[in-house]
Amino acid sequence: MAVFEPEAEGIVLDAEETGGGIVGRSPWALAGRRLARNRIALAALVLFVLIVAVSFAAPLYAKHLAHTNPFESNISGTVTIDGKTRQVLEQGGGKLGLGETPIGPTWHSHYLLGADNQGRDVAARVLYGGRSSLLIGIGSALMAAFVALIFALVAGFFGGWTDAIISRLMDLIWAFPLYLLAISLATVLLTSPHGLTIGFIQVAADSLWIPLVIIGIVYVPYIYRPIRGQVLSLREKEFVEAAIAQGASNLRLIFTEVLPNVASTVIVLMPLMIATTILTESALSYLSIGVQAPKASWGTIIQDGQELLYTRPWVAIAPGIMIVLTVLALNILGDGLRDALDPRSKVRVKG
Amino acid sequence: MAEPLLSVKDLKVSFRTEDGLVRAVDGISFTVDEGEVVGIVGESGSGKSVTMMSVMRLITDPNVIYEGEIVYKGRNLMGLSQDAMREVRGEEIAMIFQDPMTSLNPVYTIGWQIEEQLNEHNDLKKGQARRRAIDLLAQVGIPRPEQRIDDHPHQFSGGMRQRVMIALALSCNPDLLIADEPTTALDVTIQAQILELIKNLKRDFGSAVVLITHDLGVVADIADRILVMYAGRIVEEGNKEQIFYDPQHPYTWGLLGSIARLDRPKRRRLTTIAGQPPSLINRPRGCSFRPRCPQAFDRCSVEDPALTAKVGDGHLDACHLSVEDKRARRDATIRPELAESA
Amino acid sequence: MAAFIIRRLLWMLVVLFAITVLVFLIFFATPGVDPARQMAGRNPSAATIRSIKHEFGLDRSLPVRYGLMMKHMFISRDLISYGSHTRVIPEVVSATPVTLSLVFGAAVIWIVFSILTGVAAAVLRGTIFDPFLMILALIGISVPVFWLGEVVNLVTQSRLHDSFLFSWVPPLGYTPLTQDPFMWFKQLFFPWLTLSVLYIGFYARVLRANLIETDSEDYIRTARAKGLSERRVLFRHTLRTSMITFVSLFGLDFAVLVGGGALLTEVVFGLPGVGLLTYNSLTSLDLPVIMTTVVYAAFFITLASALVDLVYAWLDPRVRLA
Repeated sequence: MAVFEPEAEGIVLDAEETGGGIVGRSPWALAGRRLARNRIALAALVLFVLIVAVSFAAPLYAKHLAHTNPFESNISGTVTIDGKTRQVLEQGGGKLGLGETPIGPTWHSHYLLGADNQGRDVAARVLYGGRSSLLIGIGSALMAAFVALIFALVAGFFGGWTDAIISRLMDLIWAFPLYLLAISLATVLLTSPHGLTIGFIQVAADSLWIPLVIIGIVYVPYIYRPIRGQVLSLREKEFVEAAIAQGASNLRLIFTEVLPNVASTVIVLMPLMIATTILTESALSYLSIGVQAPKASWGTIIQDGQELLYTRPWVAIAPGIMIVLTVLALNILGDGLRDALDPRSKVRVKG
Repeated sequence: MAEPLLSVKDLKVSFRTEDGLVRAVDGISFTVDEGEVVGIVGESGSGKSVTMMSVMRLITDPNVIYEGEIVYKGRNLMGLSQDAMREVRGEEIAMIFQDPMTSLNPVYTIGWQIEEQLNEHNDLKKGQARRRAIDLLAQVGIPRPEQRIDDHPHQFSGGMRQRVMIALALSCNPDLLIADEPTTALDVTIQAQILELIKNLKRDFGSAVVLITHDLGVVADIADRILVMYAGRIVEEGNKEQIFYDPQHPYTWGLLGSIARLDRPKRRRLTTIAGQPPSLINRPRGCSFRPRCPQAFDRCSVEDPALTAKVGDGHLDACHLSVEDKRARRDATIRPELAESA
Repeated sequence: MAAFIIRRLLWMLVVLFAITVLVFLIFFATPGVDPARQMAGRNPSAATIRSIKHEFGLDRSLPVRYGLMMKHMFISRDLISYGSHTRVIPEVVSATPVTLSLVFGAAVIWIVFSILTGVAAAVLRGTIFDPFLMILALIGISVPVFWLGEVVNLVTQSRLHDSFLFSWVPPLGYTPLTQDPFMWFKQLFFPWLTLSVLYIGFYARVLRANLIETDSEDYIRTARAKGLSERRVLFRHTLRTSMITFVSLFGLDFAVLVGGGALLTEVVFGLPGVGLLTYNSLTSLDLPVIMTTVVYAAFFITLASALVDLVYAWLDPRVRLA
């Protein structure tokens, strides 16, 4: 009799059909209906799915449209635009007319947004970068949620010393400035020249796993806190007490009573969490302690574009716009989910 | 007969919700005379609070729709501007709410909150408001009011907080005091004290009182007249004697049957009213109480009974049964001893 | 009260100890990380590394090294940087006013604008302005601050620098307030705006949600029943209680920024503040500087959380300090 048990049938009856009685609907069905009515949230969902789809189609774009390998420098290459052949790295063009300036946006399939310092196609790189950014963002958010959930369930269910120790540990990580922890971990893990060896696990220095795990770790307390609170209050609820009285085991309680109830909190938190982790990843990568070359992410591309900022601003602007769109879509979606799943947003009619 | 202090005419209050229009109050009319105590009784969801909140125009839900008239001292409150309405609120009509634990602002001292009310409606010199607040606290029975005036609400017990709420409500000598379930959130012993206080203050201040409650027992002692509400409508109206000695509507019988009485020697079962109040979105055809009414017959499911006087002056009820039928069935349902009760 | 202060001081010590140990372990106990190698430059000989290790005491055992570092930091206050070979503490002290200037200015902007936006959105609820303002706020929290800084630089330093709008914008950098207040202001103006955007969005949203939640409280209904004007209900009752959350959030965010959390803004605008110092020391594995800035940051953050609790208790009389 979990409060948030998803109802398989989810049949929605009108008041008329039931002769004006009170109609029971599962909270999930209600939430789904509310979300479906929230047009802005739906638009955000479509935008996010679109960004994900486009990013994961990066190899297709690079191969079939841009005809380039965005990970290979192309310093002496040429490109033909409207019948004219141009150098990818043009001579001069800076303030003093010295040095080389990569080609600017062509608005054609080749070098749509221009090239970076090494003559690589920026548009294709932004798509590939999106793949890394999204993978790390989603992966680290999932990891943080998973670890936090386990800690919260253990702390909430065993209470006493277990709870005290886990909660103090989380408080400590919480008191540690997030950026310091992330940067410390990233610096250390990335300076070891031959990658990392922990036991039998070998991780290459340019592996996406490193930023993913770092970001996953630092956000654990942010999810742990609200969920532990909820688990504790759930334990006091009548239906959990009833299950305990019936002799249900802890494991059974966790899976049948607590998890379904905690799920809505986690679901509401997820888009917001992914938005945050994507921002964090981009910041770390911008400081060159996130994703490592030759791999690219939106953050690293913005960093590449910094020295070209005044001559070829699109290198830095394009990935930034992608970040803003993605994070904005996730935030709107998170808002919509919260409104849909939060029972307090229902209209209250008092006697 | 003088014009009543408050006269509500065919008031309808509905809320637009995502499931449809909720008709919380569905066409009710009643009056309150000067100095009179009127009890409004009904289950939660019967529309009694919404009615009185509408009188104060305190419903802030943007989805609310009002129809009908609320005439107070000859003025239709529905037509007043927000500013004109503010003059009425607190000064002419005051309200006490159900939960004293949450009805006072936790961050200000009680003195500050009473003085704020006094200064809003009166032109008081410095120090005057404070002295008046101390007087009021003494009048509602707060011990050591000079010291307690600087305490915050959380430093008071529930009963004491309700006294503070009453002091707040009475601070501008209102002509009408609306008490919305003033004792529901309190302990039984405190309940009696608060009711006694309201009764005494009514005498001292001469205000009319509308007492909203789900418990007929609460109004038994204090009310002159009683309205019984069900599903947004009045189903029975009469003076105290009429409602308690000769209740006409089966719903009122049910309410009477569920009062716990300690003064009866014989132990008896409390009766309950089976079922749930109807949906206020799609009202069933016919009488709203029919699905829960053990006395229902064919006509009840077809025709909506009107509120009319059948047994005597000012005693109205909305039931299709004939008076004889009602009395016979009633006495069979809620034992003969009712006749002796007061 | 005294018990509260003692408890908080003890917790602060625990946090500082735990954080320094954690940072120390991260930098010295992670396999494959070697500050000596970092200091020795390219292709060092084994002998060079050994002498560097000896010079900086890196050949001692971990607890001894930790103890020595703490002694130099707190007792003799003569901790030497691995990188610049100068004393660390004066370096941090000279970076502090830069960060304080940046964060104070941004905080003023973000408080003013977030309250304006949050209150406006809550008051205009039900009109088109509420979702409009909230989408603006969401955009604010969705923009990476370093990218926004770059775009601001692009516009003010390059593209529109020669137009009358931005011709007054000086080159990136920092001028102390005591040296040239006008220059100080001009150089910090865009960093302030850039840093505050995120917080304006965030605080406006929090405040709006709080205002709306508070508005359905029973005591707000009481305030209306008293016949108070909507303006008075809003400012003296709804806003007053909503500010409790606002203030406690502000205390912590402010402390994190003063502690070096504004490093992205400092990097983009070339401001030599604590954040930039921290970042440079982290990337060069300059552990004495890292430790000092970490202690500095953790000190501010724990201090701020204690202060926030005090202010909280003052704002909300229901809370008792324990």
